[in-house]
Amino acid sequence: MCDTCGCNVTTGNRHLLSPGGRLEKTADGQLSVKVLQSLLSENDHQAAHNREHFDRHGVLAINLMSSPGAGKTSLLEATIDALGKNLRIAVIEGDLETENDAERIRAKGVDAVQITTGSACHLDAHMVHDALHKMDLDAIDLLFIENVGNLVCPASFDLGQQLNITLLSVPEGDDKPAKYPVIFRAADMVLITKTDLLPYLKDFKLDRAEQYIRELASDVPVLSVSADSGEGLEAWLVWLNGEIGKQQQRIISGHSRRPAIQPDGLQRHKLEEHQHNQTPQHHHES
Amino acid sequence: MHELSVCQALVSQVETLVRQNHAASVHRIKLKIGPLSGIEPALLLQAFPIASAGSVAHDARLEIKEQDVRVYCDECNRESDAKVNQLTCGYCGDWRTRIVSGDEMLLVSVEMNKSEELSHV
Repeated sequence: MCDTCGCNVTTGNRHLLSPGGRLEKTADGQLSVKVLQSLLSENDHQAAHNREHFDRHGVLAINLMSSPGAGKTSLLEATIDALGKNLRIAVIEGDLETENDAERIRAKGVDAVQITTGSACHLDAHMVHDALHKMDLDAIDLLFIENVGNLVCPASFDLGQQLNITLLSVPEGDDKPAKYPVIFRAADMVLITKTDLLPYLKDFKLDRAEQYIRELASDVPVLSVSADSGEGLEAWLVWLNGEIGKQQQRIISGHSRRPAIQPDGLQRHKLEEHQHNQTPQHHHES
Repeated sequence: MHELSVCQALVSQVETLVRQNHAASVHRIKLKIGPLSGIEPALLLQAFPIASAGSVAHDARLEIKEQDVRVYCDECNRESDAKVNQLTCGYCGDWRTRIVSGDEMLLVSVEMNKSEELSHV
């Protein structure tokens, strides 16, 4: 190919080089390639692959995110106590170090794979994929992925799960959704935990916590539980069973579901680009 | 600090594009980042020299266009500015809005220098 006289430009590729085309040259003659991809497209690709695994094996995968110590493992222990006899549950545990959480889950008679991330502050789709090779998905109905305790980084990484749950524990304060909007916006459901402490932490108002969530333009369900007293567990289990039912429906109808991470930024820009390029020669490009 | 992993993913994407286009080096990388993406542009710029060291992108200029947070209200049929933690309609105050800008973490374009020896392939 020759880039000097333009003899490599044919009717088949001329539109790529024209203004707005994908291979438009810059003013100084360099090759400019329009990409319009998520910065995390490699992770997203792996996540889509993980989700195919889950869907093919009929597994509902739920990613639990919260600050450290918000009660993710205690919630799982209480959930296993209530549903472990009827549902086949497994857990992937993400922590920087130790097998402590996996051991707590195994003590309940449920399989747990611990991912120790070393210094990484979040799980990504590749780590989860490696963990999946250590489990038999055919023997599971419900997989919980307990993310690294962190209210910032896990929000950006799709792991292949169908649902995200963000936990907010009462001692953290009711304004956490206003302080960490990204992770609360990434939730398909928000669970307020440790509600048995409400009588002692009078500054925490359940309705104010919910108001902060709504101000993120989020209409997701907000439930309150105490894994310790058992208060609110019933509603959580009803929600969970409902979601398992929905997942079974999706599998029958051949559909899948992505969690609320980065809902439509990329799609929106692709649409804008498509509308911008509404000329016939660009059609096969978009 | 997940910006370093995001930056490593970016460099890997750019390396793929360089291979696909038989380019020799990368001149400029353009991104669009919104505050609702959870990525801090300043940290991304700091992480880039570390993530790109030894790669074909090490000389590249990373340009980040920061996006404003804007929401669309179906009730008012209008767009308005919003804050990251208050995505309510600027006119009627309703929270049932849609984000129209502000959650982007997009690789928009990559400008490359063609490699002499490969340009004839």
